[in-house]
Parts: sequence; C-alpha cells; structure tokens
Amino acid sequence: MLEAILHYEFLQNAFFSGLLIGILAPLLGVFIVVRRLSLIADALSHVTLAGIAGSLYISQSVTALAMLNPIYLGIVASVSGSILIERLRRLYKHYEELAIPIIMSGGIGISAIFISLASGFSTDLMSYLFGSVSAVSRQDLWVVIGIALVVVLFLWLFFKELFVLSFDEEYAKASGLPAQWIHLLFMVVTALVIAASMRIVGILLVSSLMTLPVAAAMRLAKGFTQTIIFAILFGELAVLVGLVSAFYLDLAPGGTIVVTSIVILLLVIIGKKIALRMASRQKEGIS
Amino acid sequence: MQKPLIDIQNVSFQYDYTQVLKNISFRVEEGDFLALLGPNGSGKSTLLKIILGLLKPMSGEIKLFGEPSATFKHREWIGYVSQKSNAFNSGFPATVQEVVKSGLTKKIGLWKRPGRDAKEKVYQALQAVGMEKFIHRNIGELSGGQQQRVFIARALVSEPKLLILDEPTVGIDHENVQSFYDMLVTLNREQGITMMLVTHDVDIVSDRISHVACLNQTIHFHGYKGDFDTISQNTLDAWYGHAVRKIH
Repeated sequence: MLEAILHYEFLQNAFFSGLLIGILAPLLGVFIVVRRLSLIADALSHVTLAGIAGSLYISQSVTALAMLNPIYLGIVASVSGSILIERLRRLYKHYEELAIPIIMSGGIGISAIFISLASGFSTDLMSYLFGSVSAVSRQDLWVVIGIALVVVLFLWLFFKELFVLSFDEEYAKASGLPAQWIHLLFMVVTALVIAASMRIVGILLVSSLMTLPVAAAMRLAKGFTQTIIFAILFGELAVLVGLVSAFYLDLAPGGTIVVTSIVILLLVIIGKKIALRMASRQKEGIS
Repeated sequence: MQKPLIDIQNVSFQYDYTQVLKNISFRVEEGDFLALLGPNGSGKSTLLKIILGLLKPMSGEIKLFGEPSATFKHREWIGYVSQKSNAFNSGFPATVQEVVKSGLTKKIGLWKRPGRDAKEKVYQALQAVGMEKFIHRNIGELSGGQQQRVFIARALVSEPKLLILDEPTVGIDHENVQSFYDMLVTLNREQGITMMLVTHDVDIVSDRISHVACLNQTIHFHGYKGDFDTISQNTLDAWYGHAVRKIH
C-alpha cells in the first residue's frame, strides 16, 4: 500500500485529503455535538449536493465549463445554506429545528432537479455521494489544504469564545461576547469542512465523520480538550482503516470509513461497560 | 460621591402586549448586598436581563458604572450566575477547570489566548468557593450545589466588582443553602464585591443582606434592610398577594 501511495498521484491525493479531513471533521464535530447541531451538519451536506449536481449539469451543458471542479459550487451552496439556516432559525425562534427540514428538503429537491436534467453522470455523482479513492484530484487536495488552514486559523482565534458559547449561550451573551457573529462564522466554517469532506466520505456520510468519533470520545474522555484529542484519534483511525480497506476491496470509502467509525464506537461502549463492571467488582472485593 | 454601579431610571418593558416592568428606578451602590424580592412573574428575571444587556428596555435609562448600558465596554466587571437549571447541559464534557477558565474569556479579549497566570487565577477562584479539590472533575458529575459554586467561581475568576445572581439556590438542599449564602457574605465583606441577588429565600437571606428591593412590575420598596423589617405583613400582602412571607 505504502509503495502504491508513492507511485500513484491519485492515491496521494486521497490519503492526504483523508488525513486532513480525519482531523477537521471530528474537531469541528465536537462543537457541533455539544451544541446539538448534528442535524444541521446533515442538512448542510444535502445543500452541498445541490451545488455539486448543479455544477455537474453546467459542465455538461456548457462546453467552456466542462472542466469546472464541482467542489467550488459545492462550497458556495454549503456556505449559502449555512447562512440561510441561521436566518431561518432566527425567524422561527421557538421552532429552531424547523430550519433543518426546510434546508434539507430544499437541498435534495434542487439536487433531484439537476440530476434529472442531466442524465448520464451517475458514476461521477456516485463518487460524490459515497466518496471515492480514485477520483480525488490534486486540485481537490489543494482546496482541502486551504480549508484546513481556514479552520485552524478560526479555531486559533476563537477557541475560547466558542467554548463559552457552546457551554452556556446566555452567559456568553451576558459577558458581552459577539455571540451571533461567532456563531455565524462557526456555521460557515462547518459548511467549508462539509464541502471539503465530501470527496472522501461522500455527501451522504459527511456528518457521520463529524459525530461518530465524538460520540466515542465522549464515553472515554475527561473534559473538553481530551474529548477533542480522542475524537481526532478515532477520526484518523476510521479514515485510515476505511481508505485502506476501500482501496483493497474496491469499495466506496464513505461506507468503509463510516462502518469503521461505528465499530470503534461499539468497541468503546462495550469496553467501557466491561471496565466499569470490573472496577465495581474489585471495589466489592475490597470492601 | 462615587458613581452607583447600577443606576436605573424609569425603565419600562413589555413582551408583546404584557407590561412586565413599569417605571423602574433604583440604584445599587458599591459594597451593597441587595436582595431583589418578588413573586413569580414579577419581572425579576426580565430586569436582570435588561441590566445584563440581553434585553433592551422600551423606555428609560440604564447606567452601569456611570456609563450608558448600550456603550458599556467592561462587561467583565459584572459577574453573572444564572439559575442553574435552565442554563446548561449537564452532559457537557468539560472539567471544572475548563468551565472556570471560560470565565476569563471576555477579560482576555478577542483574538488573544489565556496567559500563564490563568491557571493560578482559576485555582484561586475555586479556593474562594471551596471547590479546589474538584478541579479535574467533570462538571456533570457534581451535585447541584457544587455546580453552582463552580459557576460562582467562573464569575469570580475575572475579578468582577459586581456579582448578579438569579435565584442561585434553586435545586440546592436546605443545609447547603445556608453555607452558600455565608460564602456570598464573605465575598461581599472580604473582597468588597457588590452583590445583587434575586431570591425566594427571604427568611435565610434576611440577616445577611444590607438592602432590599421589592419588585412586582414596579419597585414597591427599595432601601436598607432595617427599614424593610418595619414594613408590616399587610403591606407586603398588598404588593404581592400572599406570595412573600416575612419570617422573624
């Protein structure tokens, strides 16, 4: 495998993108989970699909744009979706979750229209839905690197504000933090990470890479920083195992990565239960 | 004379068509330990939210430390401890240390990161509320009373001059309520932190406070604790129905 990576550019693209996404998705995912926004990530990924489908359709019908990388329109759709969700959440203050089905169905609806308008791009589309080891281009890798830099910068600047906002929104506002702005930036950065992740994990499974490693980390970690570290470790493990098995078994990496994440989660849950039981038995033995 | 820390003049507020606060005026001076009394629905929480800048009044003026609330830049001078029950998700994966450190966020300022002294400040704040032994525990593992002490520490860590507490003892058992208030008195007397406390525990706070304000849409009384004691139960009933009892 290592030798293959050294030889083939497409494998280098897939693996370096995968390694970066394995860090970014769970890193932002910790904030998404504790703020109970997991479904929003899902809605955003469906909006991204609308951008991808739109871009594929444009490439097909306008010859001059035949080489247009769908990731750009995907990013545009995802970021616009994140801003729209925030608008809707403020409009329906008492029914904030209503924004999710509105945006999600909008995203799928627009995707369906573009997909049916342009027939014949099903293999390409499949790679966006469930990820791909072979379809990641050097340009995709550069976009992922760019987004990674944006995320690192954002978290470097706003980590402590995001923590306060996630832990206790009212307190954040009462202490005079620009909560709304930080939240909006956070949503935009989340949209970027979703667009970045889709090449590897696929649109339909992006949100699982943001939530499953975090769910496992929360069972084991003490405190917030530790949760982030564990989530990233689990995310990287899932991406590595998932990509390698996708390469050898010729499967969609989205599937293998998500199944690996679920196996990790199950092992963590069962392992912790056994450890707790053993500890309580030991205590009983002593007393 | 020094400027009052809170100066409220003729503040009114309404939600849609319901008048919640009518022409409220009062001041909190440095060193006061003020209890704001009032039954449910009297507008206490609304008044606190207006002071904290979370709501804007329909009319009237609020000055904090002599500056109009809208342009007041030093929110870190005001520590806020909310009713625990509705404010936080107890499954949140954060240690006591991380929670208290988050109280420094505004003071450190945007773009900047906590310095080396942050750890020491967090420890001192936890010591002040007697919770330093729990520094590495997850916040969700603590009892209601312990969590509330941690939230006071989070407010104290930025060295506030004024501490605003909204029914901080809801969900704490009776024994711990006593020691909780004793701790507030110590902070008030020894560290000179001005306290503004919304509470139902009239009987327990009554020996510990310096001032009382009685709110039920308007301010019915605001003054020294001693003067409050001379008010008869009949008058209180007239303000509040039978919701507030004086216990001697």
